[in-house]
Amino acid sequence: MSRIAVIDHGAGNLVSIAQGLTRAGADVTIADAPSGLGDADGIVLPGVGTTGAAMGRLTEAGLVEPLRRWERPLLGICVGLQLFFDHSEEDGTDALGLMRGRVTSLEDTPLLPHIGWNDVSFQPDPLFAGVPTDATFYFVHSYAVVPDDDSLIIARTEYGKPFVAAARSGNRVGVQFHPERSGASGLRMLANFVAESARSSDVA
Amino acid sequence: MLRKRVIPCLDVTEGRVVKGVNFVNLTDEGDPVELAERYVAEGADEICFLDITATSDNRATMLDVVRRTAEHVFVPLTVGGGIRAVEDMRAALRAGADKVSVNSAAVLNPNLINACAAAFGSQCVVLAVDARRDESVGSWEVVIHGGRTPTGLKAVAWITDAVQRGAGEILLTSMDRDGTRDGYDIDLLEAVRSVVSVPVIASGGAGTIEHCVAALQPGRADAVLAASIFHRSEIEIRDLKLGLAAAGLPARITP
Repeated sequence: MSRIAVIDHGAGNLVSIAQGLTRAGADVTIADAPSGLGDADGIVLPGVGTTGAAMGRLTEAGLVEPLRRWERPLLGICVGLQLFFDHSEEDGTDALGLMRGRVTSLEDTPLLPHIGWNDVSFQPDPLFAGVPTDATFYFVHSYAVVPDDDSLIIARTEYGKPFVAAARSGNRVGVQFHPERSGASGLRMLANFVAESARSSDVA
Repeated sequence: MLRKRVIPCLDVTEGRVVKGVNFVNLTDEGDPVELAERYVAEGADEICFLDITATSDNRATMLDVVRRTAEHVFVPLTVGGGIRAVEDMRAALRAGADKVSVNSAAVLNPNLINACAAAFGSQCVVLAVDARRDESVGSWEVVIHGGRTPTGLKAVAWITDAVQRGAGEILLTSMDRDGTRDGYDIDLLEAVRSVVSVPVIASGGAGTIEHCVAALQPGRADAVLAASIFHRSEIEIRDLKLGLAAAGLPARITP
């Protein structure tokens, strides 16, 4: 069984994420301190709210360094993905710096925030294994990540202009949409992450 | 392409879904978790819960409904009713809500919108507005407390102010049409759409698929919300989605 720690930084819906991971067979713990990470095989870093508020909470909880040092699978969701990068222009916050790049406001959009179900054009990646190419996913955000290195981008979505819907660097992978709110395809992605975490634990 | 959303609204009191006309004469429509599951199976893009009593006793019941729903359905949940402080919003989000709507309390204390947006981001702060047409001045007035209290505020001006304060979405209910099934107030939708650049959810008056099409085009709403037509299966969400697609509107058609 794969053990997954879901980071609790005070905002956001953890209920659906925890339930989705549990359905995929994971043993889920909610972690609001480094001790909660224990011997997890993988970590989910969710996010609702602003990057500034989230970084503040992670700092208070002493989770910034443990996340930077974490080498096993790590899944960022929405603001969780944004936290992976160096800097967010949302409130001028420095984030975790796990991936080179920044977080900027969506541009040339019909409306902001980008709220609702949209297409995702993805490349082959374990996270998208078994996901139909015509699946739609639920987004709710005004900012998106801009990696320095385009090769990190594994999925794009178009809203006005194309933006980054998912990025990966090794065991660190993040999505701008909400798999926990995207029906069967989203649940499939959470299950894929549970499987990836289990594989990583076998290798170790 | 971003899909137009179909959102069933569940008015909840004491853990049951209820419905009335113009917010009175309430009837029991069923169990909220069961109804939410049925709607999601039929293709609902989002579920909206409205706590219509919003007493402190009822709030705990409501949070339990949200939590149980979030464990069973994997689409976005919006929760409103009785949100008066940042901590109320935090409790709803932690119970499993993705977005929280504020209504009367935001009219009485507009800084609530700023505070909620600062704490959680604009994307999860929905401003719910109940608007009543005022023929004498040819515009719409904001009414609060479930339609019982007129405020003298003009709806379009209030919405403009609220968006500047950080509201990320507008849930716009026509009190004249609510429960009547005469169709959404397209003029109201158009008046609001022309001044704000955040998504607008049309509410109040849905009776037919054509009404929903009209709210999205020409009304330019981003989503349609309805209650009783779905509760009583007068319109199946699947049929509504197909109707939107047939009208050339982008809809999420689920298998």
